[in-house]
Amino acid sequence: MSDLQSQDYVRRSASTMTPPMARSHEDQVAKLIDVTRCIGCKACQSACMEWNDLRPEIGHFEGSYENPMDLGPSVWTLMKFAEYENEQGNLEWLIRKDGCMHCEDPGCLKACPAPGAIVQYANGIVDFISDKCIGCGYCVKGCPFDIPRISKKDHKSYKCTLCSDRVSVGLEPACVKACPTGAIMFGTKTDMKDWAQERIVDLKSRGFEKAGLYDPPEVGGTHVMYVLHHADKPSLYSGLPDKPHISAVVEAWKGFIKPLALFGIAAAALAGFFHAITIGPNEVTEADEIEGARVLRESESEKSP
Amino acid sequence: MEMTRREFIKFTGVGLAASSLGLLGFGASGEAQAAAVRPFKLTHATETRNTCTYCSVACGILIYSMGDRAKNARSNIIHIEGDPDHPVNRGTLCPKGSALLDIVHAPTRLRAPRYRSPGGTEFKEVSWDFALDRIARLMKDDRDKNFIAKNKTGDTVNRWTSVGMLAASASSSETSYLTWKAVRSMGMVVFDNQARV
Repeated sequence: MSDLQSQDYVRRSASTMTPPMARSHEDQVAKLIDVTRCIGCKACQSACMEWNDLRPEIGHFEGSYENPMDLGPSVWTLMKFAEYENEQGNLEWLIRKDGCMHCEDPGCLKACPAPGAIVQYANGIVDFISDKCIGCGYCVKGCPFDIPRISKKDHKSYKCTLCSDRVSVGLEPACVKACPTGAIMFGTKTDMKDWAQERIVDLKSRGFEKAGLYDPPEVGGTHVMYVLHHADKPSLYSGLPDKPHISAVVEAWKGFIKPLALFGIAAAALAGFFHAITIGPNEVTEADEIEGARVLRESESEKSP
Repeated sequence: MEMTRREFIKFTGVGLAASSLGLLGFGASGEAQAAAVRPFKLTHATETRNTCTYCSVACGILIYSMGDRAKNARSNIIHIEGDPDHPVNRGTLCPKGSALLDIVHAPTRLRAPRYRSPGGTEFKEVSWDFALDRIARLMKDDRDKNFIAKNKTGDTVNRWTSVGMLAASASSSETSYLTWKAVRSMGMVVFDNQARV
């Protein structure tokens, strides 16, 4: 239990029972990304790679500010740039820091078949435990935000850890610390919601009437939240889901099919047991042996006339 | 242990059933769990305050190096992040500053002075002694030739206008003061610094 002293698990993949938690007074943490203050400098991206010892291969310019073009096993956070022409015909440059949302009800964890490969700590962080990961890719299918990526080198799944190693010793995540405009903040979930409300009031007074907080209730809320100028249309921000949901296949497979399958296995085992005690195994009787010998003889005499 | 074929198949079947039940979630949930959170990598690293040199903003940085500076340990910079106590950036850094670690360890980084002789086409690596002696020699020669002690009206001005100096951007008030003292003491008037001296 030594590793659970500071970080109790509240959820664990492929486990029907979660380890009991003796300490229950840990604050929920959250990262608040205020896209209205972001200037797209990518300091968060640099800081993330520096802290987590990630160096993706240098690619080619693709005609976009996005660099690289997609998240990857070595790219846990990525600035996404969207150009939007608003009702007044003005161009708005909507920049969003993409990465794991650390859902309260994580689809990846639900889908994962490897016991303990995905865990959620009491502070809300969802973490991948690489040595238990089997690289099946179910988490990719289970994620409502299309975040995890499987490494081609070690065939394990990777994503943002919310710097669980920094948070566990009382520091903020590396991206939060680096952000020069204060667009990324970190604290308790309550404080982050309060701060977001202040920002939303301010934005509304500046003409962004639809400004709001992105903390989707469909996944039980998230531990990474956004302040959006157009909270009514999250999909404007490079395809942020309007209503994120865990895939119906995953819900069905891990929801009602799993108990059905368990029931089926138990029924088969019980049927076998009762068959064994009521009817018992097929015994070879004396009559059977004589009959068998006769059939064998006949067939041999037919073969060699 | 003697085992008939029938028994072998039975055992295999039981084993398969047991492992299937385990995978379906009947496994022991209280099993020993391996360490989950990555160990914090700076616990005993040496922390050094410094100033980022890459623009005139001059953000405060914390440089972490492995080892505790014991006699037999060779330090190596392993991480750089913003200095929360520095009034300029209060812990934040720009993308370049956040990636300083790779600038420090860049294989293309200049590690010694390089010299291209007049009319030469190639730079070659030289010693600091050579470089400093040569700079001093040339400065002295130029100063002896072009120093203006008095202007046309006969007032003492002690100017040396034919040589200038560019200082680094990572200047604290103290280093700016020293730069000013050193350069002005020679009469040099043309000098500047990215962060303004």
